[in-house]
Amino acid sequence: MLTLTDLRLARAGRTVLDGITLSVGPGECVGLIGPNGAGKTTLLRAALGLIPAQGHSSLAALPPAERARAAAYLPQGREIAWDMPVEAVVALGRAAWPGAARSEDRAAVARALARLGLDALRHRPVTALSGGEQARVLLARALAQEAPLMLADEPTAGLDPAAQIDAMALFAALAAEGRSVLASVHDLGLAARHCTRLVVLKAGRVVADGAPRAVLTEKLLAEVFGIRAWIGDTAEGLVFQPLSRL
Amino acid sequence: MARFGFFTLLAALGAAVAALFLASLLTGPSGIGVGQGLRALISGRGGADMAVLVMQEVRLPRAILAVMVGGALGLAGAMMQGWLRNPLAEPGLLGTSASAALGAVIALQSGLATAFALALPLAALGGAAISVALMVALSGPRGSTLTVILSGVAISAIATAGTALVLNLSPNPFAANEIVFWMMGSLADRSMSHVQVALLPMLAGAALAVPVARGLDALTLGEDVAATMGVRIGRMRLLTVASVALLVGAATAVAGAIGFVGLVMPHLLRRAVGGRPSRLLPAAALGGAAMVLAADLAVRLIAPERDLKLGVLTALVGAPFFLHLILKSRREGL
Repeated sequence: MLTLTDLRLARAGRTVLDGITLSVGPGECVGLIGPNGAGKTTLLRAALGLIPAQGHSSLAALPPAERARAAAYLPQGREIAWDMPVEAVVALGRAAWPGAARSEDRAAVARALARLGLDALRHRPVTALSGGEQARVLLARALAQEAPLMLADEPTAGLDPAAQIDAMALFAALAAEGRSVLASVHDLGLAARHCTRLVVLKAGRVVADGAPRAVLTEKLLAEVFGIRAWIGDTAEGLVFQPLSRL
Repeated sequence: MARFGFFTLLAALGAAVAALFLASLLTGPSGIGVGQGLRALISGRGGADMAVLVMQEVRLPRAILAVMVGGALGLAGAMMQGWLRNPLAEPGLLGTSASAALGAVIALQSGLATAFALALPLAALGGAAISVALMVALSGPRGSTLTVILSGVAISAIATAGTALVLNLSPNPFAANEIVFWMMGSLADRSMSHVQVALLPMLAGAALAVPVARGLDALTLGEDVAATMGVRIGRMRLLTVASVALLVGAATAVAGAIGFVGLVMPHLLRRAVGGRPSRLLPAAALGGAAMVLAADLAVRLIAPERDLKLGVLTALVGAPFFLHLILKSRREGL
C-alpha cells in the first residue's frame, strides 16, 4: 500500500526527516505518534509527494491522477473555503475519478454520507455546522475518494470524546475491511486502543515500530515523550493513561 | 441547490443579457424608432442610410463590446476568487489591467494612438503581455500563490507609477486630458475593429478557464487536498494566470478601466450556485455581461449629453452595493 525507503528532508539546514523507512500493508491501521516537531506532518506530506524529499515514496512516485486513486489525505487544518451544501463538499472527493459515471459518483457519496451519519445534514450549508460536524464532512469527503489508503493528520484534534472514538473506530473498521490507514495521533490512549500498529517518530527518525503493547514501554515513554504513564491490559483491552512529566 | 436550479439560473441570466443587449441597441441620441432600428440592423440595405450606419457601426459594436467586456471581467473575477479562495480577490490583482492601461497611456501620449485606429488597444494588449511575461519570470515555475500575488502587486505599482509619470511629464494638456478620460473606462465610439481585437484573446482566455474549473472546486479544501485529489497545482496556477491576463488585458484594451464588475458579480451570484467555484464561472460571466450592458445603458440615459464614463458609474454603483453585501453578511454573523 505504501512503502517509504530512506526518506530524507532538510529544511533551512535543519534535518526534519532523517532516513525514514516504513511500509504499511493492507488491513493495517498505523498510528504515527511522537512529540510536537518530531516530523509527523512532514512525513505524511512527503509520503504524498506534496513536498519534495530525497529517498523513495511509492505514493510520491505515482503520477498525480493515479496517486489520487491510491491514497486519500485528510490534513489537520479543516479548510472549507466556500459555503457549499454538505453533499457537494463530500462530492469533491470524486475529483479523483474524473472518468466515473455519474451514478457511480452518487453512490460513493451516498455511502460516505451514510457511513458518517450525515444523511440528515446532506443539504445543510457546511458553514452552519459545528466544528465536529465539519470534521465529519471532511472525513466523508476523504472516504468518497474511495482510495485503498487513507493518510490522516491528527484527525481527532479538537473533537469531543465521542467524535474522537467515532473517528478512530472508523479507521479501525477500514483496516478490518482490508484497507490501510496511516494517521498521526497525539492521544496515545486512542492510538493504543484503536491502532493495529504504532510507529514512533522522534527528531525525524523512526525509533519504534510495532504492536501498541510492545511499543508503549516505560522506557520509550520516558525517552521520547518525557512522561510517566499507567499501561494496563484490561478486560476492555489495552488502557493507557498518562500520569506525569518526568 | 439542485442541478435544475443551476440551469434555470443560467437561463435567467442569459435572458437578462439578451434583453439588455436589445435595449442597448435601441438606445441612443439618434432617435431611431424601434422598428426602424431593427430593420436597419437586419436588412442593412443602403449603406448611406443614417439608421443603418448608426445601428451597424455605432450601436452594434458598443453592445457586443459590453457583453464581451462584462463577461470577461465577471469570469476573470470568479476565477481569481476561486483560485485564491478569497471573496475579496479581483481580476486587477495580477497587475494586468494597470499594465494594459500603461500601454494605452503611452500610445495616447506619444501620438501613436492617432496614427492608426487600433494603435491604442494594441498598445494596451502589448502592455498586458509584458506584465504576464514579467509575472511568469518573477513567480517562476515553482512559485507559490503568494509569489504570484506579490508579483501582481509589484507589477501593478510599477505600471501605475509609469502612468503617473507619463501624466506628470506630459507637455500636452490635451493628451493628459485624453488619458485621464480614457482611464475612466468607456464603450462610447468603439467600432467593429475593437470587437475583432478583443475577440481572440478573450476566447483564448475563456478556453483556458475550462480545464481549470474542476480544479477550482477541489481547491475549496486547500492546495494539499486538491493536489492529493489529482489536481496539478503548478499547471493550474499557470493556466489561471494566463486566462485572467488574457481576459482582463483584452477588456482593458478596448474599454479602459472598468472596476467592481469582477469583484461584485461573483459575490452576488455565489450563493445562487451553491458556492461551487466551477458553476460560478459561467454565472459570473453572464452576470458581468448584464451588469456592463446595464451600466452602459445607464450612462446614456442618465446624462446623454455629458458623456458620463462607464467605469465611473460601475464604481459609483458597485462600491455601495459591495458595502451593502458586507453589512448583510455581518448581520448574518458570518
